Amino acid sequence: MQNKLSGSAVPAQATRKGPWRKFWSLWNEKTGYLFVLPSFAHLILFLLIPLGFSLYLSFHDWNSPSFAGAPFIGLENYEFMMGDLRFWNALKNSALYTLMGVPLGMLFSLALALVMNMGLKGSYFFRTLFFLPVVSSWVAVSVIWITLLDPNAGIVNYVLSLVGITGPNWLGDPAWAMFSIVLVATWKGAGFSMVIWLAGLQGIPKDLYEAAAIDGAGPWQQLRYVTVPMLAPTTFFLLITGVIGSFQVFSPVYVMTKGGPLDSTDVVVFRIFQRAFEEFKMGYASAQAWVLFAIIFVLTLAQLWYMRRNVEKTFS
Amino acid sequence: MVKRKNPYAGPIRILGYACLLALALMMVLPFVWMVSTSLKPYGSAFTYPPELIPREIDTSSYVRLFTLAPFGQYFINTLIVTIATVVGQVFISSMAAYAFARLHFMGRDTLFLFYLGTMMVPFQITMIPLYLIVFRLGWVDTYWGLIAPGLSSAYAIFLLRQSFLTIPRDLQDAARVDGANEWTIYSRIFLPLTGPALATVGVFAFMGTWTDLLWPLLVARSRELRTMELGLAYFNSQTGASAFLQPNWPLVMAGAVVVMLPVLVVYLFTQRYFVQGIALSGVKG
Repeated sequence: MQNKLSGSAVPAQATRKGPWRKFWSLWNEKTGYLFVLPSFAHLILFLLIPLGFSLYLSFHDWNSPSFAGAPFIGLENYEFMMGDLRFWNALKNSALYTLMGVPLGMLFSLALALVMNMGLKGSYFFRTLFFLPVVSSWVAVSVIWITLLDPNAGIVNYVLSLVGITGPNWLGDPAWAMFSIVLVATWKGAGFSMVIWLAGLQGIPKDLYEAAAIDGAGPWQQLRYVTVPMLAPTTFFLLITGVIGSFQVFSPVYVMTKGGPLDSTDVVVFRIFQRAFEEFKMGYASAQAWVLFAIIFVLTLAQLWYMRRNVEKTFS
Repeated sequence: MVKRKNPYAGPIRILGYACLLALALMMVLPFVWMVSTSLKPYGSAFTYPPELIPREIDTSSYVRLFTLAPFGQYFINTLIVTIATVVGQVFISSMAAYAFARLHFMGRDTLFLFYLGTMMVPFQITMIPLYLIVFRLGWVDTYWGLIAPGLSSAYAIFLLRQSFLTIPRDLQDAARVDGANEWTIYSRIFLPLTGPALATVGVFAFMGTWTDLLWPLLVARSRELRTMELGLAYFNSQTGASAFLQPNWPLVMAGAVVVMLPVLVVYLFTQRYFVQGIALSGVKG
């Protein structure tokens, strides 16, 4: 990232000479700041101040949705969190959601991409179809799946009954509810990851396959020894963004289960939401948000580190 | 896509089509179910086995939907919030992107790196203080409160800067020689030349804002200010699939159709930009 930036940092007026040079550079500096100003003001008001404020909140006993004044309590929120079983349960649920959802989503979307990459006629039409769930709103998708997963009149259990399986009470059974949300999220997100897989697939040089074919590799071996290794950067990207996204899941939980049954789908963001906006424990919820931030931050750094290493390997 | 010669080509193609069809069915059936259920009379929505094609068409759910909840108002709210956000975000972000790509000022690249860094901060971290700030500004339960946080985006700035960098510097210099100021160069030369990138950013902002649930959930307190997404969520928990109530599926599905329709229309007309944007995010990270 750093390399790319400094490479583009050619002084705008390096070629201009003479007495006007200084004038132009001053003028340009002024305009530059003016052009950045609106977005910078926005950044300060809606990102930097909230970020600092969030840290402030996490050290205070702020228990109202307004400015009523709150006593400083140091690390008490964080200490309380250590013993807050509901928070640990939420962390566990988020981890579970991630562990199930990310691999499943990646495999399913990779399968989609591999089929799409065969160059079959009508691929464009199918891509449009695969994308329908991606652009649909989470609320609409959730209410549709509530009916599809209904234990009595839902299509999913009906189809399962055709092959002799008695389907579970998907969203109503604590043992199945989280997996149900994972299934819906996989279905909804597949088209998105598919496009990224496709970009990766199309970046693989065709001669590699030809060379492999000459060496007698069949389709399965080509997939195993050419496609999979060449997709490593894409895989890593989808893995990290998938994990980050999974820890941020909220809408399907809010609409489909409200964290239930028996807190089995109570994920971190839903917990923060409830603490902050239903119990109005703004301070305590902010402390929880910082734990979430720490998790996401570490993952993002891992991604940046990998990308940087990769970019340097490719371009040096 | 280039077709490769391959001894397995024939059977693989047939298998490929079979997979495509199966996957397409999986992706589309839930939507078919949504539309068909919304057209069923209340009584026949729970038949077993489930009917994918309704035996009799009954559009009364759509009529009832609009009498039970102000979905027309929800639509107008969503439209106002989304259009304001898209226009504002494209405008403010493209200005910053132009400065980062083509103007020279002290600390430019450091500042840009800083912007990139802010992409790491998830919304969920700042939503609580953001709510308090919006409260302090008196914007809770106003359009402003819904719009303001989306008016600029580091991601949009990043994408647009990439696009501005591809425009030949000669154009800019020539315009300067002709006496054009930076504003003219930005608005008359750079913006028109980056149509696709602007469209990508705009479509992303549109989809993100239109289908957002979490922020409207916090800010839109009164029923009159709900967006469609929020309206459907409330509607569902009141009339629909709660474990303790007999759900009115046709009604909720009619709601889902109404909420999805505008997004689908926009998507069908702009899918090129949408797909492009996603592929870009994957390549550039």
